Amino acid sequence: MASSKEKPARRVVVLVATRKGAWLFHGDAQRKSWRADGPHFLGHIVNHVVLDPRDGRTLLAAAKTGHLGPTVFRSTNLGRTWKEAGRPPAFAKAPEGQVGRAVDHTFWLTPGHASQPGVWYAGTSPQGLFRSADGGVSWEPFSPINDDPQYREWMGTVQDGTPDGPKLHSIIVDPRDPAHLLFAMSGGGVHESVDGGRSFKPLVKGMEVVGGFDPSTITFHDPHCVRLCPSQPDRLYQQNHCGIYRLDRPSDEWVRIGKKMPKRVGDIGFPMVVHPRDADTAWVFPMDGTSVWPRTSPQGKPAAYVTRNAGKTWQRQDAGLPPDQAWWTVKRQAMSADARDPLGLYFGTTSGELWMSRNEGERWACIARHLPEIYAVEVAELK
Amino acid sequence: MKVLIPSALQSYTRQAWVEAQGDTVGAVLADLERQYTGIRFRMIDEQDRMRANMRFFVGGATTFDLAQALGPTDTLHIVQALSGG
Repeated sequence: MASSKEKPARRVVVLVATRKGAWLFHGDAQRKSWRADGPHFLGHIVNHVVLDPRDGRTLLAAAKTGHLGPTVFRSTNLGRTWKEAGRPPAFAKAPEGQVGRAVDHTFWLTPGHASQPGVWYAGTSPQGLFRSADGGVSWEPFSPINDDPQYREWMGTVQDGTPDGPKLHSIIVDPRDPAHLLFAMSGGGVHESVDGGRSFKPLVKGMEVVGGFDPSTITFHDPHCVRLCPSQPDRLYQQNHCGIYRLDRPSDEWVRIGKKMPKRVGDIGFPMVVHPRDADTAWVFPMDGTSVWPRTSPQGKPAAYVTRNAGKTWQRQDAGLPPDQAWWTVKRQAMSADARDPLGLYFGTTSGELWMSRNEGERWACIARHLPEIYAVEVAELK
Repeated sequence: MKVLIPSALQSYTRQAWVEAQGDTVGAVLADLERQYTGIRFRMIDEQDRMRANMRFFVGGATTFDLAQALGPTDTLHIVQALSGG
């Protein structure tokens, strides 16, 4: 892959969501120089910015502030102007006498299937699944899971979730079938639907949980990021609180492929990136998940790790990155790839740096420094 | 009645003071929503609870009750609590 000659291709725009706003970084044809466009929504906590690949111009941004409620902003001109969703994701009103849940923030946005223009899915904190059928203008609770007693039990409480709230994330639409959907919850496991979301079932066999707990209890499962391979949609990769996994359907059992990572680095982290054309190739960005979970690069030495054989072996990729004393890490939505050849990789750090590699991780270069803490990095390619 | 809008929500109203109608706090917020789509959900969640850092004052006294009655001469102050970094 890395040896192919680079052709003039579509322009890459990196969509960066941060704790204090969003930025768009426009690349030149060679992906060597970058123009910053932003901040958008300065002061807003932006958890995700995603371009609709079906029309190549509609952007959705999931935002809130420290004090104001959550919303979704929408742009149809690549961020020149934004308009707020008419009805942002919100749970159903609870019956009289019951305590209902309220969306704290929309965390994850996924465009729907190519055959369903205008359809989007959203995952929230606390865990909720929402759908829009009009391009993100109005959102409705989707599928019975939000209020299903069994799912509510699996979602656990706020105390079971991540430090800034339990989340529903990694919403995946099978490119072969719009009725085949997956999502993950931190905590609460991985779940799959084959009937367009009318019902979901847990998909956690083989996944480990924190020592001493029962893996048959869905609540204890903490998938951090799940990705489906576009070139081989029967293959899923997962970065979990308890390791790195691969699942090849029709099997329903995850295999822990992170055991082959170097012991001093471990296989704990948040992001998971798959190659768009090669299902044997995937990247992770390990962090220190020992003791109190520092959530920093192991030993202060950041690196991506790549497998090119579906997890049998892993290679360290740190050329160009700080050799030591770099105590940042990369969040679950903050690493992604373009579809160029050779593929470009991008990640944003908790210290506000945006990095990229034009050669599939062989060498890294810093695009931007001094941004706020980066929550998400998505890559869009403009026609 | 006159309603004071906090700076964080003036992206909706474009001004600090606006006029809204209603005989309760909830009714005034509904009228604000009618005029400035989206503004209510930033202050009140889907269970009709006031969000954690939003404060509402009627006649200088704080209220946590959307059903609180308002008189024709009352003024509603909406304040974003100062906190955090």
